[in-house]
Amino acid sequence: MATLKHLLGIEGLNPVTVTALLDLAESYALLNRSGKTQRDLLRGRTLINLFFEDSTRTRTSFELAGRRLGADVVNMSVSTSSVTKGETLLDTAATLNAMNCDLLVVRHNRSGAPALLAQKVDAAVINAGDGTHEHPTQALLDALTIRRHKGRISGLTVAICGDITHSRVARSNILLLTMMGNFVRLIGPPTLIPGGIEASGVTVYHDMEEGLKGADIVMMLRLQKERMTGGMVPSSREFFAYYGLDRKKLAMAKPDALVMHPGPMNRGVEIDSEVADDPTRSVIKEQVEMGVAVRMAVLDTLARGGKQ
Amino acid sequence: MSTLFRKIRYLDDSAQNLIEGEVLVQGGVIADLGQNLGRPDGAAIVEAEGAILSPGLVDMRASLGEPGYEYRETIASAAAAAAAGGITSIAVLPESAPPIDDPALVHLIISRGVETGSVSLIPYAAATRGLNGEELAEYGLLKAAGAVAFTDGGKAIASSRLMRLALSYASGFGMRIVQHPEDAELARGGAATTGGRATWMGLPGIPAAAEAICVARDIRLAELTGGAVHFAHATTGEALGLIRIAKDKGLKVTCDTAPPYFDLNETAIGDYRTYAKLSPPLRTEADRRAVVAALADGTIDAIASDHQPRDADDKRLPFADAAPGGAGLVTLLGITLAQVQSGHLTMPQALALLTKKPAAWLGLEAGVLARGRPADLCLFHPERSWQVVAGKLPGKAQNTPFDGRAIEGLVLGTWKAGRRVFG
Repeated sequence: MATLKHLLGIEGLNPVTVTALLDLAESYALLNRSGKTQRDLLRGRTLINLFFEDSTRTRTSFELAGRRLGADVVNMSVSTSSVTKGETLLDTAATLNAMNCDLLVVRHNRSGAPALLAQKVDAAVINAGDGTHEHPTQALLDALTIRRHKGRISGLTVAICGDITHSRVARSNILLLTMMGNFVRLIGPPTLIPGGIEASGVTVYHDMEEGLKGADIVMMLRLQKERMTGGMVPSSREFFAYYGLDRKKLAMAKPDALVMHPGPMNRGVEIDSEVADDPTRSVIKEQVEMGVAVRMAVLDTLARGGKQ
Repeated sequence: MSTLFRKIRYLDDSAQNLIEGEVLVQGGVIADLGQNLGRPDGAAIVEAEGAILSPGLVDMRASLGEPGYEYRETIASAAAAAAAGGITSIAVLPESAPPIDDPALVHLIISRGVETGSVSLIPYAAATRGLNGEELAEYGLLKAAGAVAFTDGGKAIASSRLMRLALSYASGFGMRIVQHPEDAELARGGAATTGGRATWMGLPGIPAAAEAICVARDIRLAELTGGAVHFAHATTGEALGLIRIAKDKGLKVTCDTAPPYFDLNETAIGDYRTYAKLSPPLRTEADRRAVVAALADGTIDAIASDHQPRDADDKRLPFADAAPGGAGLVTLLGITLAQVQSGHLTMPQALALLTKKPAAWLGLEAGVLARGRPADLCLFHPERSWQVVAGKLPGKAQNTPFDGRAIEGLVLGTWKAGRRVFG
């Protein structure tokens, strides 16, 4: 089986590796619920959370995952404003090498920054979101959540809705879901659908109700406020009217369709509270729970040198 | 000092056929060429069976870093790289610090070239003061000082009004405006050509249409003003199509391209290789093929190195933050010859694009092998190979987009005004 040195993206993974990671994560999910995690698996190992971009939830999720496996966890937050110079990024890499860090979790606002670090550090690098490129652990936790509810992660119709252009979550999910044999639809205004995306086998819709017809999974994305100031969407109320998920639009999907969101949500912009908080449809809280399990599986796998 | 080249091939008078013969250099000029010239007393002999003696290459566009960016490249280091690449004349972009927008700075560049003893530097001057895109530079005074044309280098002259004025005013002095053909607004913030590759890498895109839009506008402005426009590094089939039509209409429109645009496509930026981050960006395979076709059919007037020296700190950054630009002096000949090996260009075509045509565009005496012309020469073997290795190239700038590439076409020697400066 292929070994995994870093987790920089879903690109480059294969279905066997993904399935193995999901199986391991599933076991951690069960252990987490029972409260009996192995606390010594990563004893003596150092995990550094290097965040160049604020993200309380992803950082906390990695921190919990590391601690539950017994690793020493250090959080380093570097404000993006002081790190626009790349020398600093590589200086940081040199510092981390000197600290004998084993696992390095990186979030950065520039696409490819974790890949650049991976060339320079000895640690296994985990991409926790880079610019508009990838967010692989999010796609894995989404896949695990789906598999737990649908019993499979293939042959499903998944609608990903909103700002596809600027979403690393969307890219990682498209890669994973198409690789595993699902039908992926992208829904959004033309200004937020990136060029050349249809070649990857997805179908693009600009009419949300049309795109949601018969969907098994409705995956919403966060709309950044900058998109409105950047002129890509005229206003949040117009966006909500056409691309916000409410009960009426959700009715087009299958009756048992799941509603997902990577968080944090903009209620009333991309999703209506009534849908987001509906326990029969929304699995948003479970996504957070599965996040910890998936990150434990990734840390565990990489700490063992990627042997599954 | 005289040199007799024997057992070499060179282009005949028509510049259509390679013939075997001898070339005699005396007093810094080509004294004679033909068969059995006989050896004058004291003449040095250069024999190189299978090699081609071509005019020294005329690079119609390069940035040399000096003044202001000596950490990237100096004129001395660029001259060393040029000599190793067979280049004996370089038209230098004004994008230094300070920019070349003053007659004194034009003189400086010319005299620094003379000091090298190996390469003539022909300065472009700024099209707008300080390259700010706001007001015209002093075209008359700059021309008198020796500027060859006006350009804002890697920055497009974005304002239609200013471009109109520049073309119109320059035409009064019989001078050209060289445009970086890119709609500045469409290209803003972009790092790669728009399309699937940029999308999956999460990089902001620059649409190919940004080039065509700028080219279409400027052709129209050239027609309006009667001015002459030259498009630097054309990279897209659409823009080249517009240029072809404009030329057919007899407008004063010319263009060049650079080796990366006919040798590489957007896939070269995979794994965030910042050495392949260029401006304009590497395009799709269809566009690359269109550039090759435009070289063959004469739409493109010259091949320039587009040398843009960058140092490691400019490039070892996340892709979107890295400075665009590639080193190109030493690979100019070899990458161009690859089009001869693949059968897309003939050897005379390729050499004309590197010598005669850019020399004519720049108004130089060089670029032609003929009696009485300056003995600026490049001797190369078209079948001997070498490998491009970033870090081991001559000169200071190592940011080659061709790292690792095997090249057929080895420069054996370079002569400037009859004096051997390389090999």
